[in-house]
Formats: sequence, C-alpha cells, structure tokens
Amino acid sequence: MSVLVLAEHEGGAIKDATLAAVTAATQLGAVHLLVASSGATAVAAAQGAAAIAGVEKVLLADDPAYADMLAENVAPLAAQVMSGYDAFVAAATTTGKNVAPRVAALLDVMQVSEVIGIEGPKTFTRPIYAGNAIATVESRDAKLVLTVRGTAFARAASKGGSAPIEPIAGPGDAGLSAFVRIDASQSERPELTSAKVIVSGGRALKDAATFEQLIVPLADRLGAAVGASRAAVDAGYISNDYQVGQTGKIVAPELYIAIGISGAIQHLAGMKDAKVIVAINKDPDAPIFQVADLGLVGDLFAIVPELTTKL
Amino acid sequence: MKILVPVKRVIDYNVRPRVKADGSGVDLANVKMSMNPFCEIAVEEAIRLREKGAATEVVAVSIGPAKAAETLRSALAMGADRAILVETDAPVEPLTVAKILKAIMDEEQPGLVLLGKQAIDDDCNQTGQMLAALTGRPQGTFASKIEVADGTVTVTREVDAGLETVALKLPAIVTTDLRLNEPRYASLPNIMKAKSKPLATRKPEEFGVDMAPRLTVLKVAEPAARQAGEIVGSVDELVARLKTLGVVA
Repeated sequence: MSVLVLAEHEGGAIKDATLAAVTAATQLGAVHLLVASSGATAVAAAQGAAAIAGVEKVLLADDPAYADMLAENVAPLAAQVMSGYDAFVAAATTTGKNVAPRVAALLDVMQVSEVIGIEGPKTFTRPIYAGNAIATVESRDAKLVLTVRGTAFARAASKGGSAPIEPIAGPGDAGLSAFVRIDASQSERPELTSAKVIVSGGRALKDAATFEQLIVPLADRLGAAVGASRAAVDAGYISNDYQVGQTGKIVAPELYIAIGISGAIQHLAGMKDAKVIVAINKDPDAPIFQVADLGLVGDLFAIVPELTTKL
Repeated sequence: MKILVPVKRVIDYNVRPRVKADGSGVDLANVKMSMNPFCEIAVEEAIRLREKGAATEVVAVSIGPAKAAETLRSALAMGADRAILVETDAPVEPLTVAKILKAIMDEEQPGLVLLGKQAIDDDCNQTGQMLAALTGRPQGTFASKIEVADGTVTVTREVDAGLETVALKLPAIVTTDLRLNEPRYASLPNIMKAKSKPLATRKPEEFGVDMAPRLTVLKVAEPAARQAGEIVGSVDELVARLKTLGVVA
C-alpha cells in the first residue's frame, strides 16, 4: 500500500504530530510526505520532511496558495495527488481535522477519525463517546483517509532519512477563502501535546492571578507544560489553547498533575491515557480520584506551594 | 440570507455511556438524549445573526429516527423558524449526512450553514468539512467568533497554536466551537409556540443518496480500565511516591 502523509510544520520545522502520523503510516505501507507551503519555509519544511526516518519520498507543492494551509486550497491538491496513493494520513491536530475530511469527501470516501490502533490494512480502532468506548471499524472504501491521534503512536526519528524531494504543482488558489491573521499564544514552556509532564488547573484556582501563582511555579519546577480544564478556560484563568479534554487537546504525558479539577468525562477524555495521574482536590468524592494513581485530598492553596518547594 | 442549521440528537453529555455486553455498541435504550452541545451553539449563533439583521430565516434540519423531531422542536423553541426532519432508522455516517445536507442546500439555497464542530457520540469532526467539499464552498471550522458583512463571513478559529482568523466568501460552511456563545434556554411560552411551527418530514430516498455505510463496526469495547490508585496522606508521601515511580527526579 502507498500512503500519503500530510506534513505539518511551523516555520519550516516538522511538527511532532506529523512524526507520530508517519509511524502510523509506516504500519500501512510505503510513506510519502506531502509538504504544502510557500517560499523559503516550504524548502526548509521539505528538507525536514526528507530527513524523517522511514519516509521514502517528499512531494513539495510550493505556492503562495498553500502558505497558510487553507483547507479550500490544500484539500484539492491532496485529492489530486491521491490518484497515485491508497491512503491519506494526517495527524488529528486542528490542521489535520480541518483538511482531511475535505479530502475524504473529494475522494468520496469516509474518513476514520482519531485512529489509536491499526489492526489490519483496513481495520482500525478509535475512541468514541469521549473515550468511554473503543470502536473497531473496517473500511470498505477503495482509498483510506485517516486522522491519527498523536499520543497513540511513537514519533518517527526526525533525523536519519534522506528521501528525495519532488516538486509538484497543484490547482493553486481556489479563490474561496483568505487567511487574515493568527494570534498565537506565546509560551516558553514545552508544547502541551508533546510534554512529558503536565500540570493542569481547574476552576478551584479561583482566578487568573492565583492560577499563575500556583500552577506556573510548579510547572516550571518540573519543566512541565501547563494545562487547564474547560471550567478554568471559561472562567478566563488561561486561554483556550491550554484546554485538555474531548474538545481541547488530547495528551498522554508520563505525569499529569490535576489540581482543583473535578474530573468530568469530557476532561478525562483528554488525559486518561497519561502514565501516572496525580489528583489534588479537596473533595474526596471528586471523580478525578477514580482515575488517579496518586491522590491527595486537601486544600490546594496549601498543598501546591508545599509541593513546589519539596520537589 | 437564510441560515441552515443541522442538529443531531445524541446521548446527553452528562450521561456516562455503557458499552453493551455483546460488543455491538453503546447501550442507548432508556438513556436520556439531547441536542448535541455543539449543535445548540450553532442554533444560538444563527438566531443571534437573525436578531442582528444579518439573517432573515433560520432553518433547522436533522437526519435520524422519528424521535429526532424532539431535537428539532428544541431548536424551534430556541428560535429557529422552521424545521426539516429527514427520517431514517438506519445508522448514518458523516459522508451520508453531508450528501443529504448538500441536497437540502440545493433546495434551500442558504447563505450560511452552521454546524457543530463534532458530535459527542461518534466524535468524528467531519460533517461540516465534507459538506463544504461536496458543495465547493469555503469552510470556517472550530469557530469562536463569526462576523457577516458584505458577502463575506469572517471567522475566528480555535487552532492548536491560538486563534486564527479567515475570511470566507458566502455562501460558506461554519462549524462551531464551545466558546462561540452561551446557548439560551427555551422559555415555556416558546416551547409551546414551537409546537405550531412548521416541521416537514422527508425521507432520504427523496434525495437519491446511497445510505450504505462505508465503515463496518466490528466491535465496541470498554477502554482499558486503570488500576485503582491510592490516596496519600501528605505532600511528603506524594513526593516520595513520585520518586519511587521515577516520574520526577
């Protein structure tokens, strides 16, 4: 089987989520990467893509139309290239989720979303109902379109490969949409979805200043990423790209410390595959304690500073 | 401008789903069902756009069993003007839904289609994007802000890196994220009024769409259960246990 993987990159560097998608794709067949970008960034991303272990070829579509990964422009490009492939794989990031279903519909196939396991050439496992059930599905479509959950697959080595880069031309600008701007949140800490340790705060943190005072020093002490529950985001303690859960980011770090988070099913959907879960909550009946490996019942305003000092 | 809002009847988001013992699926018998939370946000946004004068009519549509009429009545009670139920007891995949919606778009000619970004049962996050592809329209997915002016919809999207803003030519397809708005509750008088609003029942055969699923569900299983954890008595004990587990230095 030949597999086309959509490469995601930022400033020319291939994202970790794509490295995980490459690992999943290698289980299906020969892997080619599609880099859709523009100018110097496109060239840097293609070189980065070519260096990934296990990639056999890189297709580079260099056109201003692809600079911002607009689905209206990238999906027809991918659908055109797919005439030579059996499967299209994208990481289940916001970019992958935006583009892949559009590709699937153009190819008249059903997409399999958020794949966490590959059981056979056309058989996959995926979580449904906020991760409360795992479905095994078999596709009967001629071509496969998959998005894969980054935390379910190891990342392919970003070095060691030397795939040839082949320039390709796509249909260009569909003239339907335009990129206006991105307001990126700045963070010095590790990226949430690839962090080994995550310190996450909930509504019990009271306000943005307290969140900052308690969660951030502990995260810095551990070299951890900061996460949040939906309640904390809705209350304005922190911006929404820190949200962990069914509707936010799906994470599976080595250590997840949930502070003042009750553990609603929508939140658990985003973090219950963490290796070790620690819960700090004053309510001994909070559902978070049902999934926590280590729980501490008490006042987080006393516990968190003490923990930060003693770690 | 007319706004079309597809809504889905799903298991209530507060209910913890139970996997059937025979592995055939999730047990939905006698379980509370509601409108998918993202669809509620879509209905709310459509009504707000009509209230602002950016839209003239809000049409809710649902594809599913006869009971999906209740979901449509909820949308009407929130303020939608009329509803269309495409009645089928067959399981429908996002691709099929998108094809039926395309046929309805051809009939209704909406200027904007507002969908939820995903349904909390199948967690697919596909239908809006597929509908946009099939109709050749632009898509604004995961929207947290929508502004309609001069034949363009400007959509602020919740992306992994932060917030991205795109400008889309109308007609367009927009899918809602959680932070787009706070859906209103339907008042009792509005619930009563909704009973007399028009609700047309259609059959999928009328649209000439192949309903056969492309994916076969072989099995549905419980996720692997986590080992029961322990409650520690103090911060010192917690730190010691974390060190033993090797997760902190």
